[in-house]
Amino acid sequence: MRQIAVYGKGGIGKSTTTQNTVAGLSEAGYKCMIVGCDPKADATRLILHAKAQTTVMDLARERGTVEDLEVSEVLLTGFSGIRCAESGGPEPGVGCAGRGVITAINFLEENGAYDADTDFVFYDVLGDVVCGGFAMPMREGKAKEIYIVTSGEMMAMYAANNISRGILKYAHSGGVRLGGLICNSRKTDKEYELISELAKKLGTQLIHFVPRDNQVQRAELRRMTVIEYSPEHAQAEEYRVLAKKIADNRDLVIPTPITMDELEELLMDFGIMESEEAAA
Amino acid sequence: MSTAIKDTQKMIEEVLDAYPEKTKKDRAKHLAANDPSGQCSTCQVKSNVKSRPGVMTVRGCAYAGAKGVVWGPVKDQVTISHGPVGCGQYSWWSRRNYYNGQTGVDTFGTMHITTDFQERDIVYGGDKNLHAALHELKELFPLAKSMGILSECPVGLIGDDIESVSKKASKELSIPIVPVRCEGFRGVSQSLGHHIANDTIRDYILGKGELDKSTPYDVALIGDYNIGGDAWASRKMLEELGLRVIAQWTGDASINEMGIAHKAKLNLVHCYRSMNYICRHMEETYGTPWVEFNFFGPTKIYQSIRKIASHFDDRIKENAEKMIEKYKPVMDKIVEAYKPRLEGKKVMLYVGGLRPRHTIGAYEDLGMEVIASGYEFGHNDDYKRTYPDMKEGAVIMDDATLYEMEEFTRRLRPDMVGSGIKEKYSYHKMGVPFRQMHSWDYSGPYHGFDGFPVFARDMDMTVNSPTWDLIRRKR
Repeated sequence: MRQIAVYGKGGIGKSTTTQNTVAGLSEAGYKCMIVGCDPKADATRLILHAKAQTTVMDLARERGTVEDLEVSEVLLTGFSGIRCAESGGPEPGVGCAGRGVITAINFLEENGAYDADTDFVFYDVLGDVVCGGFAMPMREGKAKEIYIVTSGEMMAMYAANNISRGILKYAHSGGVRLGGLICNSRKTDKEYELISELAKKLGTQLIHFVPRDNQVQRAELRRMTVIEYSPEHAQAEEYRVLAKKIADNRDLVIPTPITMDELEELLMDFGIMESEEAAA
Repeated sequence: MSTAIKDTQKMIEEVLDAYPEKTKKDRAKHLAANDPSGQCSTCQVKSNVKSRPGVMTVRGCAYAGAKGVVWGPVKDQVTISHGPVGCGQYSWWSRRNYYNGQTGVDTFGTMHITTDFQERDIVYGGDKNLHAALHELKELFPLAKSMGILSECPVGLIGDDIESVSKKASKELSIPIVPVRCEGFRGVSQSLGHHIANDTIRDYILGKGELDKSTPYDVALIGDYNIGGDAWASRKMLEELGLRVIAQWTGDASINEMGIAHKAKLNLVHCYRSMNYICRHMEETYGTPWVEFNFFGPTKIYQSIRKIASHFDDRIKENAEKMIEKYKPVMDKIVEAYKPRLEGKKVMLYVGGLRPRHTIGAYEDLGMEVIASGYEFGHNDDYKRTYPDMKEGAVIMDDATLYEMEEFTRRLRPDMVGSGIKEKYSYHKMGVPFRQMHSWDYSGPYHGFDGFPVFARDMDMTVNSPTWDLIRRKR
């Protein structure tokens, strides 16, 4: 069983990419599971064709404690037999969502949610690793393999670099490794070259460049992955390729995060950002 | 520099030698040989800073200061420990702040009330539970005059908005609700908790009480927590002096008293450390002057009565002399009875608040000498008030560790140690006479004319108990 966590800047398309990739893996015959680690509980919508109604924490709140739950109540099966769970948590601005993620993941693990014939567990984690709770999937040897979704936009790259720092922190204690960057294209200038270079600087690879295609939106409106909605479409093939690359990936590294200055330098080299001298 | 100071400094250095270099350097700043004259520049201790990790400080936390000291004793307020159950449980009535009233009906001092956080309250926030608890408590205890919400650490970590819950519930229930942000991780000791609690008295209660009429003799007794009945002993004396005690903070205090103290002609402050903040506020805002006093032992009592009386007219001044005349023979008799049994005995103190300095006079009245004293959470102004009251070369210690206390005990051989519950049992094992001087070891009162006989008896039975010899002989 490989446990994989997907991180990246908020709104970059982590959930969409994860679900489409998992659909591809499932199609190829792997037994997969997705654990949504976001209080919004929308990481499994495209697989279940609906927003998950029973999250671990919501049910625990209703019953009193997490000990009163059964795994079967929170583990739902969707498209192609993919099993899905959502940690759930509070609405924005109250309580501690990070603690909810910790509680939910421990509950799933302790209660045997990951059975022996599961090939892949994907953790889809909320945008920014704001506190220890959201680092939970990389801690204590849970997810050993991380993929970062990014794009050619500066803030997405900045977030990717920051997440690499988090991975580095847990690399020595928990054995977590970076599997690569996934570029979810925003059609920015020289995007492929830029992210390839960033990947090189971080000591990793650009595992796949996912082109931008409105078919993804069309599928999402119908609460489906592209692979389910239009299996013949070229975009579906892109996700199948990404799925295969991840399944075959042996290139797992301890990342080498760069400084803010180095990142800006990179953008200047690619002519995205003007140097101060040039601006003056 | 005198030999007494030099000898003590040498001893402190020897004790510090066991520490690693950095710890040694740090702890050296908190231990000093006393110089009552204030001439010696190296005889001042550093205080009110973060404890060194690993030295096993006996300090408490901000919650302990706010709940255990300031708000806990207020009798007709329902005081909620907001958070997981432990903080409330372990601070439950440990200070023995006596009060009059029907517990569970119109007073709530001995009750332990908590919102008992569970994991789901952490994840989803505890505001809804708190709101429900406030309504439930109002229904259970309709005679409560106020409700206090004392924050425990997790409440601050998850950022619950207890202020808005208080505001809302206060309106719905027509009762003051006081949110106290005294999360334990704030500050370096319980001292910040006192300050935070003082600020909430200022913001939510002070100035809102009713006082029918004023007299020129109105005073408020501030910083007396009625441990073992202390405040009652003090109040009795102030009344005999001809003064009217309109408020007593916070031992046996009612919310109304908390709201009217600013109307006093003079605020009388016993525990300066925990209540100087609100006294300064009353002075600045309402022009209420304040004066410190000390009701431990006859010498300090006589001085204090005269000092208090000096702020009033001749009638009160005459009363003071009459009182001293009346009680002196009684006090002399106590001294006569106990001094021969205690003369020359050496005492080491390590407590909090006011006791490291305030009790020195009472020991001296009994012929005893305080050879070492220190504060858990004192500030510079506490130490400044302490140096002149102690002999040259006495040990002054700040935020002392148990190792330091044990070593000082071995070297100075005090006949009695007065400290807290955490120190008590190690001294019992050492066979050193010990009194728990936070709650008067389940005795009291120790304040005033009523308290001194109890104090003298207790010190005698501690120092002269044959038990200690039996423990030591067994070794």
